[in-house]
Amino acid sequence: MNRRESEIRYKLRKRTASERTLDNGFKNFSLGMASIVAILLFSILIVIFRGSIESIAKYGLSFLITSDWNPVDDAYGAFTAIYGTLITSIVALLIAVPLGVGTAIFITENIIPKNIRSILSVMVELLAAIPSVVLGLWAIFIMEPFLRPFLISINSFLGWLPIFNTTPVGPGVAPAIIILAIMILPIITSISRDSLNQVPNKLREGAYAIGASRWPTIFNIILPAAISGIAGGVLLALGRAMGETMAVTMIIGNSNNFSWSIFAPGNTIAAMLANQFGEADGNQVSSLMYAALILMILTLVVNVFAQLIVKRLRLKY
Amino acid sequence: MNHTKNNSIINSPCISLENVTISYKNSPAVRNIYCEMPRGKVTAFIGPSGCGKSTVLRSINRMNDLIDGCSLTGRVLFEGVDLYAPEVDPVEVRRRIGMVFQQPNPFPKSVYENIAFGARINGYTGDMDELVEMSLKKAALWDECKDKLKESGCSLSGGQQQRLCIARTIAIEPEVILMDEPCSALDPISTLKIEETMHDLKKSYTIIIVTHNMQQAVRVSDMTAFYNAEKQSGGSGKLGYLVEYNETSKIFNSPSQKATQDYISGRFG
Ligand SMILES: Nc1ncnc2c1ncn2[C@@H]1O[C@H](COP(=O)(O)OP(=O)(O)O)[C@@H](O)[C@H]1O
Ligand SMILES: [Mg+2]
Repeated sequence: MNRRESEIRYKLRKRTASERTLDNGFKNFSLGMASIVAILLFSILIVIFRGSIESIAKYGLSFLITSDWNPVDDAYGAFTAIYGTLITSIVALLIAVPLGVGTAIFITENIIPKNIRSILSVMVELLAAIPSVVLGLWAIFIMEPFLRPFLISINSFLGWLPIFNTTPVGPGVAPAIIILAIMILPIITSISRDSLNQVPNKLREGAYAIGASRWPTIFNIILPAAISGIAGGVLLALGRAMGETMAVTMIIGNSNNFSWSIFAPGNTIAAMLANQFGEADGNQVSSLMYAALILMILTLVVNVFAQLIVKRLRLKY
Repeated sequence: MNHTKNNSIINSPCISLENVTISYKNSPAVRNIYCEMPRGKVTAFIGPSGCGKSTVLRSINRMNDLIDGCSLTGRVLFEGVDLYAPEVDPVEVRRRIGMVFQQPNPFPKSVYENIAFGARINGYTGDMDELVEMSLKKAALWDECKDKLKESGCSLSGGQQQRLCIARTIAIEPEVILMDEPCSALDPISTLKIEETMHDLKKSYTIIIVTHNMQQAVRVSDMTAFYNAEKQSGGSGKLGYLVEYNETSKIFNSPSQKATQDYISGRFG
């Protein structure tokens, strides 16, 4: 085929002006979208910070370690809510991570027949589709009454530990932890499943070919290769757990009286904000803003910290 | 399954395939393979793509067990023991019959760990540093790697990665090493290095290698099996079978089948 012929058959050898504009336009569009995210984040931070200046000036860092919350005396301290936020999300993670990652391993490694695996997989996604208010209702009317006898027996055996030393009487931190674990389970499971599926099959084969059985292969090769994805899912779940409001408010008891015990009613920052913003004024609004700022900073710190861990753990393939 | 290497049984095959037919999802991919591979020799599988060389090779260390819907009929004997008998544990089979794959697949761990991992799970009790050094030397990788033991195995070049995979396989001291086109992703110099490695290895191991490169088959192998595929009568796919199996010199100098003659002279494939 000679040169002239090919010039006729491909008439777009030169980039047209419109094609170039389209390219540039798309680039600028993506840039704009990306900047909007950054601008939004910063403006939220600024608004919250400005709203909380009054409270920061008045209570300073003692806000973090006192637990009075008394609008009548104008005394505010967020320790109960901070403790509640941390204990609920961390313990919920401790429950949900092994369960979720375990389920993901179960779904991705061919331990059970394929059709059962895909049914399980769909059920996990469905769990994510339940609205949190429905979970909250379920927690109040079914889960908590059902669990109470178990919690009472834990209290009677392990009551000497500060975190178990009150008698469960109804709404409290422990049922909130369980409902949070249920809510973050599908996030952890589906992201872990996706990152496990991403691990190239040749690694699996390589491990089996030197006589590794299933568990060493999973724990020494597959999981480390997928760890950064899994950790990403865990982070997302932690963010969700720290910020979850509706279901937690419904079951945690919304008490500002501090107690180490997870069987006592408590509070989280998100639940406190949702409950009090409606009727708050003056210093209380500012203090709620302060609490919100703390929540944002907590989330940020956890994220940065986790990124560092992921970087150290990650295996490159 | 213990055996002693004395002369009386050196003629008895290490691995024998008896009427092996392997199917994927009920449609056969290779049929009725009979083949006896001698101990301490290199056997090459050659043939056009898709004729089932890898499939047969993978059946020898039960790698096909990992593929959904892959089934085997007939018998695969290793030292006289049927590898597919119900009481045989596939993990043990793979500890005694190692495999090197077409794509280098080092673990995303350090060079040292790549070798130590297999040794550890096989219950190695000796000195690990010594084992790592010895395996890398046998795989002709020690000189290039002795300062990089802490670096990731995936940071090596393709040829080095493949030799690392060979090193990790010989570290667990299998009796047989299966190699599925180990040089197809490599440059000629790495290929030569791996062939040299094979020459050393065949003193102590039985090797079965799939290769697309006929000069390679001539250079490294003692026995050669030529596979071909025919159009399946009912279905759309192709069905592989063993055309001819003999000493390498016979296959390449005076093949008894016309198809073999055509293939080795490059007239098809
Ligand atoms: N995992 C698999 N699932 C289904 N069919 C397969 C699979 N692997 C190989 N096959 C089929 O088996 C036949 C032989 O393949 P293979 O053994 O890889 O051939 P070769 O290694 O000789 O090129 C091919 O037709 C291929 O499509
Ligand atoms: Mg192949």
